[in-house]
Amino acid sequence: MELKLSSEDAAFRDEVRSFIAENYPQEMRVLNPETDLSKEQSLLWHRILHRKGWIAPLWPKEYGGPGWSLTQRFIWEQETSRAGTLPPLAFSVTMVGPVIYTFGTDAQKQKFLPRILSGEDWWCQGYSEPGSGSDLASVRTKAVRDGDHYIVNGHKTWTTLAQHADWIFCLVRTDPAAKPQAGISFLLIDMKTPGVTVRPIITIDGSHEVNDVFLENVRVPVANLIGEENKGWTYAKFLLGNERTSMAGIGRSTRYLRRLKDIVRTEVPKDDPASGEFERDIARVELDILALEATELRVVAQMARGIDPGAAASLFKIRGTEIFQRITDLTHRVMGHYGLALREPAGGNNIFMPGPAYGHTATEKYLNSRKLSIYGGSNEIQRNIIAKAVLGL
Amino acid sequence: MDIQFTEEQELLRNSVQRLLKDEYSFDIRRDIVASNEGWSRDHWRKFADLGLLAAPFSEEFGGFGDGPLATMIVMQEFGRSLVVEPFMETVVLAGGLIEAEGSDAQRHAYLPIIAGGGEIWALAWAEQGSRYDLGNVSTSARRSGDDFILSGTKTAVIGAPWADKLIVSARTSGDRRDHDGVSLFIVDRQSAGLHLQSFKTVDGRRAAEITLKDVRVPASGLLGAEGQGTAILERCRDRAIGALCAEAVGAMTELNASTLDYSKTRKQFGVALGTFQVLQHRMVDMFVALQEALSLTQHLVLSLSDGETGVSKLASGAKAKVGYAARFVGEQAIQLHGGMGMSDELNVGHYFKRIGAIDILFGDPAFHLMRFARTS
Ligand SMILES: Cc1cc2nc3c(=O)[nH]c(=O)nc-3n(C[C@H](O)[C@H](O)[C@H](O)COP(=O)(O)OP(=O)(O)OC[C@H]3O[C@@H](n4cnc5c(N)ncnc54)[C@H](O)[C@@H]3O)c2cc1C
Ligand SMILES: Cc1cc2nc3c(=O)[nH]c(=O)nc-3n(C[C@H](O)[C@H](O)[C@H](O)COP(=O)(O)OP(=O)(O)OC[C@H]3O[C@@H](n4cnc5c(N)ncnc54)[C@H](O)[C@@H]3O)c2cc1C
Repeated sequence: MELKLSSEDAAFRDEVRSFIAENYPQEMRVLNPETDLSKEQSLLWHRILHRKGWIAPLWPKEYGGPGWSLTQRFIWEQETSRAGTLPPLAFSVTMVGPVIYTFGTDAQKQKFLPRILSGEDWWCQGYSEPGSGSDLASVRTKAVRDGDHYIVNGHKTWTTLAQHADWIFCLVRTDPAAKPQAGISFLLIDMKTPGVTVRPIITIDGSHEVNDVFLENVRVPVANLIGEENKGWTYAKFLLGNERTSMAGIGRSTRYLRRLKDIVRTEVPKDDPASGEFERDIARVELDILALEATELRVVAQMARGIDPGAAASLFKIRGTEIFQRITDLTHRVMGHYGLALREPAGGNNIFMPGPAYGHTATEKYLNSRKLSIYGGSNEIQRNIIAKAVLGL
Repeated sequence: MDIQFTEEQELLRNSVQRLLKDEYSFDIRRDIVASNEGWSRDHWRKFADLGLLAAPFSEEFGGFGDGPLATMIVMQEFGRSLVVEPFMETVVLAGGLIEAEGSDAQRHAYLPIIAGGGEIWALAWAEQGSRYDLGNVSTSARRSGDDFILSGTKTAVIGAPWADKLIVSARTSGDRRDHDGVSLFIVDRQSAGLHLQSFKTVDGRRAAEITLKDVRVPASGLLGAEGQGTAILERCRDRAIGALCAEAVGAMTELNASTLDYSKTRKQFGVALGTFQVLQHRMVDMFVALQEALSLTQHLVLSLSDGETGVSKLASGAKAKVGYAARFVGEQAIQLHGGMGMSDELNVGHYFKRIGAIDILFGDPAFHLMRFARTS
């Protein structure tokens, strides 16, 4: 969907477009950037954006944001996702950064924000535990005060890219006696602290994206507590709201749909009985995207007028993930027999992959995208939220 | 329409179950898949000793004389244990083709070896761009004296890296998409001019792209009537669908059982997941999907046994219906397991991946839905 842009905004869009075209590292254009890049490679674009001052569009100017208008941010979102650039690490820039500048102390802001912006620190999210997924408020990782330190013991799991992380932001229980939500604190933990161990979890697509993180008698300075003790739930929810808003993923879905159309054009001849089938399925997804995008624009316009978007984030999360799952399903389906092959993770030895290169990630993407309806608050949980918050049930 | 199994058939089921329970745990399977070869000769030997590799054949070759039914019994159990060994490729596809279409000489030459576990076979029919059209063949076979010379490429040949022999479809006359003019050939895997590029499949098996460059096959290697290969393969596909549907039903059975079990033990918000009505209804739908899949599979298998006309339409219908059902069950099983469902350590994802592969083999549900609609 093309926005009607003012001439300044149109100029901005052109500037963004050409900046991406001229600066996005060729090295990052690999088959599957999410799995195939080393930590250093995946930070290349981050560093370029940092130098340009564009790394954190959502941040206020005083903390290093570019000071863009809502429309400019929206243009940025659209242009980057259309160009298929790897977004900066969400855990750092979208999640913990805003928590720190909103609720952190001056010392915390000075210490952490510049390092997030520069890409020096890689953050991971330590919310989930084996016993606490959907019911996040039941976290059991314990933090016990000992002078000016907390002693932390517990087991975090499904921690995305913890293998690369310098820091982890954790929900920990500081008051076991209080009601679940009331006894939680938000703690920043240096991954190099003795007692922190990371163990890989391999997912069904064969990739190493998530981990167990074990915390054994980890000493964390009290100075790393965000806000007030036992108020962590408030900060956690603030962060989850940010996480879900970004999940409509219109740009990404649009880009993958365009790619799907190209693949269908080459793989399925017009006189193949499957052709009409794909045409119809693709049209359906295209309409789903259009409707979601229009909803997003409507919500953005309301927000600009100061109207609370309510549970809109849940709606974006549900539909955005369902749409992307559908696209990966169709892309896998259109590859026919080649959909039987599964690429080995980077460094693996499934060197030969049959069929055209554009199909080589179809299987892994289809498998991997099953996670979308599970993480970030499952789609069942999002529906519960809408039922309660919007429908009043 | 419930199938009343004979005592002999029940015995077959029990013995497969026992063998797999004792010797094909998920951990053992994981080791087999990760091994260099990717399959277990040792287990293959045991399948042979138990008579499984003969079961679908006529009594003359050590079988039960009711091929589709015996196949269903074995494949359902293999589906439950995610067996990767090429029973489907060797016994159901190749064995089935030889028994149904081969000459007496071919039957006697090959079936005892297959039934005894002596050889692995694979079927090479698909080509780049052929999608699921069995008659879309450009690999050529031209006569040269008493021999045929085969040239072309075949794609996604499951089990080929393990195979001793291949059955290859090639065109003896006509144009690429002509229904007639395709013939089947028995080709030694070690033949000069035959080249494999192997790869791993999503469901833990091995497959290959095959290039044939002037591969010489004696006329005695022709399987079935010359030029009739597409029709022969269509009958083979009907049998294969019966087997694949049974396997999918086995996988769904396990997925439903473990999801139900998980929903009773996993607690969130202080209660078992199974107390959430939205998940209850989801599991009811998974149950219903399995019931329908099982019924239609049995219906198809009985029709295959009776050699009913119109069975091919039914086969396509079953492939579509069971395929959609299995995919629904697989996706929901992962969803209801939450993060655990994404983990490679749990068997759930592996059933899901096998279901995904079954979907593709011999045509996906969308293809067969259309074929069902258009076949009289
Ligand atoms: C690939 C991946 C990456 C992840 N990355 C991170 C990360 O970086 N950091 C982090 O902290 N976490 C991460 N997670 C964890 C993720 O947030 C949890 O998996 C998710 O919250 C679900 O929790 P669970 O896995 O324990 O499932 P459960 O909560 O056990 O849920 C199982 C099923 O029950 C359903 N269910 C649960 N409660 C209800 C209810 N009340 N009503 C209806 N249905 C319900 C769920 O929707 C789900 O289908 C990641 C997960 C995955 C798969
Ligand atoms: C055409 C027709 C013919 C009928 N014929 C007869 C007849 O011959 N004899 C007779 O006695 N009755 C008859 N009925 C009545 C019928 O049995 C009731 O309509 C039915 O039992 C539902 O009750 P209700 O209409 O009060 O709806 P409600 O019970 O109020 O239900 C409304 C909605 O809520 C859902 N719901 C209710 N409870 C739950 C729950 N616990 N969990 C989840 N969802 C729930 C229902 O599924 C439904 O969608 C007939 C109804 C129709 C429409």
